[in-house]
Amino acid sequence: MSEEKASDDNQSDLSAATENLKIEAEPKDSGDQGKTDKVKIDILLKATGNAPIMKKKKWAVDAEKPIGWIMEFVKKYLKLEPDERLFLYVNQTFAPSPDQIVKNLYDCFGTDGKLVLHYCKTQAWG
Amino acid sequence: MANDREVLREIWDGKLPICFQLDQEEIMEIQQPDPFYVMVPRLSYFPLVTDKMKRHFLRYISQENADNEMWIDYNGQPLKWHYPIGFLYDLYCGHDPQLPWTLTIHFSKFPEDVLLHCPNKDVVEAHYMCTVKEADVLKHRGQVMSTMQKKDHNQLWLGLQNDKFDQFWAINRRLMESHGDNEGFKHIPIRIYTDDGSYSQKLVNPKNADGSRKILQQMLQELYPDKPDVKLRTHGIEIPTDTPLQWLSEHMSYPDNFLHLCVC
Repeated sequence: MSEEKASDDNQSDLSAATENLKIEAEPKDSGDQGKTDKVKIDILLKATGNAPIMKKKKWAVDAEKPIGWIMEFVKKYLKLEPDERLFLYVNQTFAPSPDQIVKNLYDCFGTDGKLVLHYCKTQAWG
Repeated sequence: MANDREVLREIWDGKLPICFQLDQEEIMEIQQPDPFYVMVPRLSYFPLVTDKMKRHFLRYISQENADNEMWIDYNGQPLKWHYPIGFLYDLYCGHDPQLPWTLTIHFSKFPEDVLLHCPNKDVVEAHYMCTVKEADVLKHRGQVMSTMQKKDHNQLWLGLQNDKFDQFWAINRRLMESHGDNEGFKHIPIRIYTDDGSYSQKLVNPKNADGSRKILQQMLQELYPDKPDVKLRTHGIEIPTDTPLQWLSEHMSYPDNFLHLCVC
């Protein structure tokens, strides 16, 4: 339940974070500077099985982003090799299609104002 | 429970005539390849029905492209292999039907930003099973799929892959049952697509607040309060707006257990 404690200052804007990853810049506090007026959705990334834990679990994501984009982000964040696989699950039940957008999943499976996604490096739930 | 068996059968038997042509730029032989005509089940997926067609065109293309992943477009629009064929037709051709459906085959310039990769049929199966699971989470909190055995999952997939109605429905009927005291599903697995192929998926209850059956018209009023005239198409027909959602879900869902509806 420790993730529940994650407060807003502990939360980052995922798109800004990936840019940081891409250009290898130092992390900066670019979280909620309101440079976009796009709708953001809170997601909580939880490790399962042998997957490494992410230091920061709660992220705000552009609602229109596809799941495949989040998978790429997690892989970069965890510094996985390009050929290592990553699986994302909703409700600890099914793996959403990589082209499914976050908004649709949040609308159907979101709880307490956020979408919980479990990730692992091997197939966990079929 | 799905019991209008004739409707299920009719939808299962739906077929589309398709004319495949090789992209002109990819033809390396002096002799032009003949187009490849085939009748395919509307409920199937392209990777399940294109082996023969692929072999037909392979000998006309540059050998260096022969191991590349094949992809298909309609009118410049790459077609997603993980959507059912009949749905793709309704989406891109439903407003202006043309038969046979003429599609172009490519072996190069894979549109990475539009299409997912499909190295083999196992990927199609995995994607299909995931979608059925997602639908079952919406309908029964995932309880039907999780209590099924692996062989049941296999039978579902093989029934679809081999176009065996009885084999498929022997398992699928369990996914179409209502549970507990409920008459109907918890939620209806439904995706509503616009022209550009993007879709919206929302929690849709099969009943109204007063317990009565919700009909399509009522759902549309909730989803599109400022658009009174939204019409939806699936399986080549415009759905009558007085159709109850529960019935629609039991009878008009694709084998992945989702209703895939196109805004006309």
